[in-house]
Amino acid sequence: MFVSFGKFGKISYISETKVADFVRYLEEGKIMATRCSKCGKLYFPPRADCPDDLSTDMMWEEFSGRCKLLTYTTAHFAPTGFEDDVPYTIALAHCEEGVNAYALLSKDIKENEIYIDMDLQLTPLRLPNGKITYELKKA
Amino acid sequence: MRVAIVGVGQTPFSRNCGMSIRELCFEAFKDALEDINLTPKEIDASIICSAPEYDKQRSPAGLISEYLGLTPKSTFYAESICSSSSTGVKVGFSFIKSGLHDTVAVIGFQKMSEISSAEVQERMGRGADVQWESPFGTMMPAGYAMYARAHMQKYGTTEEQLAKVKVKSGKYSLLNPLAMYRRAVTLEECLNARAIATPLKLYDCCANADGASCVIMASEEKAKKITDTPVCVAGIGAASDTLSTTNRTNLTGLTCAIEAAKHAYKMARIEPKEVDVAEVHDCFTIAEIMAYENLGFCKPGEGGKLIEESQTYIGGKIPVNVDGGLLSKGHPIGATGGSQIRTIVLQLQGGAGKTQVDGAEVGLVHNIGGIGVYGNVTILRR
Repeated sequence: MFVSFGKFGKISYISETKVADFVRYLEEGKIMATRCSKCGKLYFPPRADCPDDLSTDMMWEEFSGRCKLLTYTTAHFAPTGFEDDVPYTIALAHCEEGVNAYALLSKDIKENEIYIDMDLQLTPLRLPNGKITYELKKA
Repeated sequence: MRVAIVGVGQTPFSRNCGMSIRELCFEAFKDALEDINLTPKEIDASIICSAPEYDKQRSPAGLISEYLGLTPKSTFYAESICSSSSTGVKVGFSFIKSGLHDTVAVIGFQKMSEISSAEVQERMGRGADVQWESPFGTMMPAGYAMYARAHMQKYGTTEEQLAKVKVKSGKYSLLNPLAMYRRAVTLEECLNARAIATPLKLYDCCANADGASCVIMASEEKAKKITDTPVCVAGIGAASDTLSTTNRTNLTGLTCAIEAAKHAYKMARIEPKEVDVAEVHDCFTIAEIMAYENLGFCKPGEGGKLIEESQTYIGGKIPVNVDGGLLSKGHPIGATGGSQIRTIVLQLQGGAGKTQVDGAEVGLVHNIGGIGVYGNVTILRR
């Protein structure tokens, strides 16, 4: 079944990608990574192609989403389409599988509760406009 | 054969300059050719540099080459966002070094007020990885703010130290007639300014501007006939890092700058301590502090201390951004690298007026494209 990647994120800037199935899995509540069948390297966000050995033979793999906060910023100024959401906190977290995840921190986390190295959980999130994404929640 | 810079030029950086891009470029070009023995017809090739998302004109190189009277000589466009004109200088260097051309004009420009604020804001959102990061509403200040937060966490760098970079910038802006903001700013003003992307506040960020710059390069042999004060391009380093923030491994320094500096120092056969004056890419205050460290002016983590001790003022260990930097000059993307090179060339020629660093022999330019995506370091010698 064809899935448009246009469903990912509040605003999606692209619609076609070989990893569009990521959105279908997200709808099922799963956060998926890809693993290169040839060298075994894990990719998140998922990639369709492995640059290390030029392989395109990738397998989907469910991903724990358990991670720790590396760094963050609270944005008070936003690009087009996000103006009404400010302030929101953009974060980078390091997942136990060894890859990083870039996402917003859940609005449930108060600013004074945020600290670097805190435990977080990458979680699917349905947006009010019907689209789907993931966010970082308190673990 | 060595490669020299024989002329530099720049327009004032401003908002609503009242000129079209061709006229902005003409003004910088004319300024670069002033007082040197070279006419437009003697220039063998031109490299036109800007960030195309701000241009109304499709393929500006042809238009600008025509307006500057450079046809039928070779021209084309070079882009690495904020470091486009440093990339242009690297290409110009290669042209001359290879013997393909004797004289090359590198013209950088940006007219950011050409498009509406809404259009600018829309483009800002697309500076990150549009597939996996832009859907979260990110933009340039947020990217550098994440570096600032990590740097503060790891090294204890403070918001006061960040603010002190802007205080220095404000002080020197008063001496630069081409700067967009010519105003001294107090530490309190910086610290009390509204948040843009925490911990970065208004005065931690540079502003969009209109402007153009021009760097004329020539072979050593030609250079001697063009000017009595050529400046030698002693080292050029360029490197890249991932466009995405997700795949960065270093969050407290720009790997592309560290790599570029390594190449440039090796080529110039100098150590960081031999640099007399530097221009660094202070698009945000944290960027200047990381630049001190990434260029080897201090150890990793000691950048905050270096500004705290005023070591990057004139008279300090290494004067940095004595023209006010991007924070005060404004940042017309494609013109910025050429403007930084102009400042260093004037310093090495002894023509920097009230901001002259006495006896400057070696100067360095650090120009970064994107959030640490394209690193460019150029070392110049008298």
